[in-house]
Amino acid sequence: MSVLWLRVALGCYAVGLLYALVALTRTAELLNRIALHAAYLGMVFHFVSLVEAFLQSGQMAMASVHNAESVLGFLIMVVFLLVYLVYQTTSPGIVVFPLVFLLTFVAATGEAPFLLTSAGMRTGWLFAHIALIFTGYAALVLSFGASLLYLLEERALKSKRSSGRLSRLPALEVIDEIGFRSLLLGFPFMTLGLICGTVVAQSTLGRVDLLDPKILLSILMWAVYLILLYTRWSAGWRGRRAAYLVASAFGFALIAWAANYFSSMHRFARL
Amino acid sequence: MTFQLLGVNHKTAPVEVRERLAIPESRLPEALRRFIQHPGVEEGLILCTCNRVELLARTPTEGADLRGFLGDYWRVEPSLVDPHLYEYREKAAIRHLFRVTSSLDSMVVGEAQILGQVKEAYATARAVGAVNSQMDQLLTRAFAVANRVRTETAVGSSAVSVASVAVELAKKIFGSLHGKQVYLVGAGKMTELAARHLLANGASSIFVANRTYDRAIRLAQKFQGQAVEFSRLYETCDRADIIITSTGSPHAIFRREHGELFLSRRKNRPMFFIDIAVPRDVDPEINKLDGIFVYDMDDLQQAVDSHVADRRTEAEKAESIIDREVERFQTRLQTLDIVPTIVSLQDHLESIRQAELDRVRGRLGPLSADQQQAIEALTRGIVNKIMHTHISTLKTAIRESEATAVVEVVRRLFNLGGKGERTGGDT
Repeated sequence: MSVLWLRVALGCYAVGLLYALVALTRTAELLNRIALHAAYLGMVFHFVSLVEAFLQSGQMAMASVHNAESVLGFLIMVVFLLVYLVYQTTSPGIVVFPLVFLLTFVAATGEAPFLLTSAGMRTGWLFAHIALIFTGYAALVLSFGASLLYLLEERALKSKRSSGRLSRLPALEVIDEIGFRSLLLGFPFMTLGLICGTVVAQSTLGRVDLLDPKILLSILMWAVYLILLYTRWSAGWRGRRAAYLVASAFGFALIAWAANYFSSMHRFARL
Repeated sequence: MTFQLLGVNHKTAPVEVRERLAIPESRLPEALRRFIQHPGVEEGLILCTCNRVELLARTPTEGADLRGFLGDYWRVEPSLVDPHLYEYREKAAIRHLFRVTSSLDSMVVGEAQILGQVKEAYATARAVGAVNSQMDQLLTRAFAVANRVRTETAVGSSAVSVASVAVELAKKIFGSLHGKQVYLVGAGKMTELAARHLLANGASSIFVANRTYDRAIRLAQKFQGQAVEFSRLYETCDRADIIITSTGSPHAIFRREHGELFLSRRKNRPMFFIDIAVPRDVDPEINKLDGIFVYDMDDLQQAVDSHVADRRTEAEKAESIIDREVERFQTRLQTLDIVPTIVSLQDHLESIRQAELDRVRGRLGPLSADQQQAIEALTRGIVNKIMHTHISTLKTAIRESEATAVVEVVRRLFNLGGKGERTGGDT
């Protein structure tokens, strides 16, 4: 059943995806509203799907993350919605919807869902580790989206063609603030998530294998994250330079994600 | 019943004529009271702005002599105003009102003021009881249409003057202008105007630097700002978010290295240069720095031009919305028109039925309750079947906007008496 709900959610996100594609070329108030409602609806189904998956996965419901992509997709939508509530803009959707659609798509069509079932998985620490890191990822994704929008709008303003298709984007400083706040929000989650991971590793394996590809990449990502915050704080880096940094942090995050397949510790077990 | 509109506007009449017809706000209620006493005027509204004077009335189908009221009230020579007058009836009057309220008939198409002005005129007319039934519906619809035009098209959303374009750009960069600092370099008329616009939109404080320090002080005083000596220009400029320059300097005052300096002092917070000097005060190279945006006079003018063109295409969209809305409103009015006919048709048939029942009842002898009911149902059924065809014909007629003709035919066929009057059956 949970896959069914997920597919319904996928349908809703598809509307959002459509919005993202159209929004790049023209603006339509109606579509904007429809996309937002589709997003709400999609999130409800998505949430149902996640809850059901948790319940299904058995006695240690909390400790098993059913489907990593699905969870990440959901968290990204949550952050997107927070941004909408604060800033009343759906613009980040241009980046967020395609990504969430892709994540949900992978989750909804993958023949067998991944289950994190290696030894010692079923502890609260592990759950915390995954949940925190994922929230950090979600914030990072949004920040990445915001910096792309920033670049687009900055270019439009510089080329003096601001009246065109980007005219409904929020102001440059607002986009900047969205990106920066997402970063600020994500950093503690990411940090705590990594700490939790260390605790888990210490308690189950007795050591932290720093050369494990995923751990190494995660640390790199965290370092870039830190640099990002620092440069913004001290020198007010934004725009192009900030976008490069966010993009590289995002890149490390992606590789770290993919590194599951090479890591001995994080390998997903197939159900 | 019909709507009728008579008026002059900025396109048809020179200001001398418009001001001759203008009614001061204080005398408007009086004028309205006299207007609805004018023969044929059942409801009335007077819209008087600096660009137009219009009389709108609900009148009987044959119309009223609004020009006569014009002569009575203003005591103007017909020859003076006649060539400038326009008069619309029915659909055309509705369309005109919708266009005016949606700001498509304005001097600056899309300006927002007119909607408020029509609303005020409406409020005044309501207060004196000049507008109460159908006109009320018409005006309420007009406001809804104006809102629809505003939300569904971008006809009023773009700035069409250099100063407002500058404000719009500043908002595009900074979001809200609250707390933003404005720096005027050179004290000219244009800088003053732009500064006034920025302040009106929330910018907080003003610095003024000018080669003649006295003039800087004078201008700064006007805005309760702060005058800065020209020699201290570069050390103070980084405090400003928006810099408006208009000096007569033969070469650029702000060059790339200045931009870099400001940015590092400002921790890269963005800056917006509005350069309205010719020759330019700001080296275009600065625009290449991340976080600095430079717009010169040509750029601003270009934005204005493109916005004007945008408004024109948006206005076309708005016209088609109005076309549809006029149709809809017209249909609704006609629906109201056929209701009395339907009711009298119903009454008529019902009375025939009753009369026939009474006539045969005696002959039928004593009837059981069941039989009584069956007869009721039978006769009622026949009447309803006949009614059904006619009501559908009338409703189709509305859609094909030939309601008046069909109503006339139905009334004659069934001998329903004068139009609009309710009559019972006469059998």
